[in-house]
Amino acid sequence: MDLLTLGQLLNTTLVFSTALIFAALGGIFSERSGVVNIGLEGLMMFGAFAAAVGGHYAQDAGLGAWAPWVGVLCAMAVGVIGSLIHAVASITFKADQTISGTVINFLAAGSTLYMVKLFFDGAGESPLIDGFKKVSVPVLSKIPVIGEGIFNSYPTTYLAIILVIVIYFVLFKTPFGLRLRAVGEHPSAADTLGVNVKRMRYVGVMLSGLLAGIGGATITLTTTGTFAHNTISGQGFIAIAAMIFGKWNPLGAFGAAVFFGFSQAIRNYVQLFEWSKNIPQEFIFMIPYVLTIIVLVSAVGRSSAPKALGEPYDPGKR
Amino acid sequence: MHRLKKIFATDSYIVPLVAIVMGFLVGAIVMLIGGYDPVAAYSALFKRVFGSPYDFGEAIREMTPLMFTGLAVAFAFRSGMFNIGADGQVLIGMTAATLVGIQLAGLPSFLLVPLAVIAAGLAGGLWAGIAGYLKAKRGINEVITTIMLNWIALYLSNYIVRNFLLLKGQNRSEDIPASLSMTFLNGVFDNARVHWGTAIAICAAIFFYVYLWKTKQGYEMRAVGLNPNAAEYAGMNVGRNVVKAMFISGAFAGLAGAGEVLGVFHYQSVFAASPGYGFNGIAVALLGLTHPLGVILAAILYGMLTYGAAGMSFGADVPPELIRIVIGSIIFFIAAQGIVRWVLKPFYLKRKKEKVS
Repeated sequence: MDLLTLGQLLNTTLVFSTALIFAALGGIFSERSGVVNIGLEGLMMFGAFAAAVGGHYAQDAGLGAWAPWVGVLCAMAVGVIGSLIHAVASITFKADQTISGTVINFLAAGSTLYMVKLFFDGAGESPLIDGFKKVSVPVLSKIPVIGEGIFNSYPTTYLAIILVIVIYFVLFKTPFGLRLRAVGEHPSAADTLGVNVKRMRYVGVMLSGLLAGIGGATITLTTTGTFAHNTISGQGFIAIAAMIFGKWNPLGAFGAAVFFGFSQAIRNYVQLFEWSKNIPQEFIFMIPYVLTIIVLVSAVGRSSAPKALGEPYDPGKR
Repeated sequence: MHRLKKIFATDSYIVPLVAIVMGFLVGAIVMLIGGYDPVAAYSALFKRVFGSPYDFGEAIREMTPLMFTGLAVAFAFRSGMFNIGADGQVLIGMTAATLVGIQLAGLPSFLLVPLAVIAAGLAGGLWAGIAGYLKAKRGINEVITTIMLNWIALYLSNYIVRNFLLLKGQNRSEDIPASLSMTFLNGVFDNARVHWGTAIAICAAIFFYVYLWKTKQGYEMRAVGLNPNAAEYAGMNVGRNVVKAMFISGAFAGLAGAGEVLGVFHYQSVFAASPGYGFNGIAVALLGLTHPLGVILAAILYGMLTYGAAGMSFGADVPPELIRIVIGSIIFFIAAQGIVRWVLKPFYLKRKKEKVS
């Protein structure tokens, strides 16, 4: 067995992190606008499913290397449609946001598998597709360790990293971002100043569907190659944790997502060493989750959620 | 009689019922789109549940852990917390019951069984209490800690089963001598795995109601749930209530674990992934409007649907996943009551007009 290099460890970390980054960014949009999104798991499921099916048909149509991108587009579309259910229930009909988020999880788990069986003659999973190939960035990929670790990744990983920076600027440096955050902190003040609270929240939730959809898509298109009942198993909840951990800030969430990805990767990495044979595997598996709690206890204080998070906006209420 | 009329006249009872009907309708439409026969599917579903005494008993078995986890999630909700960790608490409760049941096997069963059940409740409660403590003392969001604790519970219980309780050559624990099975009902239910857990669950629901609405402590807990700042201003210890509420919530979930290992399987498996009791519990709690009576009714409905779903795929070839769409839609309509009211509007208008004439 050849030992993994540090570069490979970094590379695996990023593969695991990518989906979490997308979904956590999505969560940030929704929650910054004041809508709790416990449905990230379901939205990722929608995305993973749409990418598998869309990618499959695109591949059959002979689109070759473009097929995975078609999958991503489908995932974005289906993610947005899924998030609309959440938006309609929680924004228009003022339903409890936690409940309507849970509804998304249920509908996604049910409908995606139902459709897989419908499309593929009762099969439990979608046909295997090729997915993305890793792309090396010229010159930069020659740098030792970092070159192998970062600049030889899937295109979705590059996209995720770019989006972190873009979304940071959008949220904190543009009028749109200011309005979105205002709606989540103090909707009636924002309303007084002429911001359309409901519309902003719709945008926030739909963006979360879009991004979580891509997140789900990256899992089918870079890791599993198919969609089955266990393709998305808890990643959405880990993304929620990453978002809270990162204090609803894209950079923070990115750090947290990479941390979770790293602990996933290191768990495979540690097992290659001889000394790890003495540690029961279960304890190695536990590392990421225990570490998270320890970090939360020691580092972060009170979590700083958007003030109006979870409250439906009612213009008549003081 | 007058009171009965009043109950049925209020919206709060009509809306969930209409939501259930609408959920089934959505399921039927989805089946029609998929080219299935909804009437055949639904009748296969109910035939599976009510078709034989054995199936009926098994359906009750299916409902039992849902009652517990539903109560667990609902209790935390009432105290202002979202317990996503019922899943982990069930596993920890299971492991505690198995551990006690196997390690103290020498005890007479009238001691052993209660001990195992109590151990399960305590263990589940303490596990959830960790999240409560971290929230009270450090202000850490309970959603994130309970998610993390779910995974830790999964691996911890697998570790315990694999290293201390393993049946040689199998991926499960030894048989547990302690049993909650209602063997005297074997004749009635044709050997379905009914167990005392169901009775304990109903007692838990009664405790839930009495504690929250009839005691001072419960009053404090609800006050903390509704507005922690006001509760604190009124001199209540918010932190202590948070920990206590999480403990009780986790204890309910832990008891679900005891029912499963002592009443149903009589051993504990090594789980590859989380068995998902807790997530179903969230749905049950929401369906039951976080009221103990509602939770029990919701668990009955949910248990029937999930147990019957298998019959649907045998009888009408419909993928059993469809039932999740039905359940999701029911919760959706209950949550977004505005939609249900909108559907009911023409009926209300009609009724008013009749009164005028």
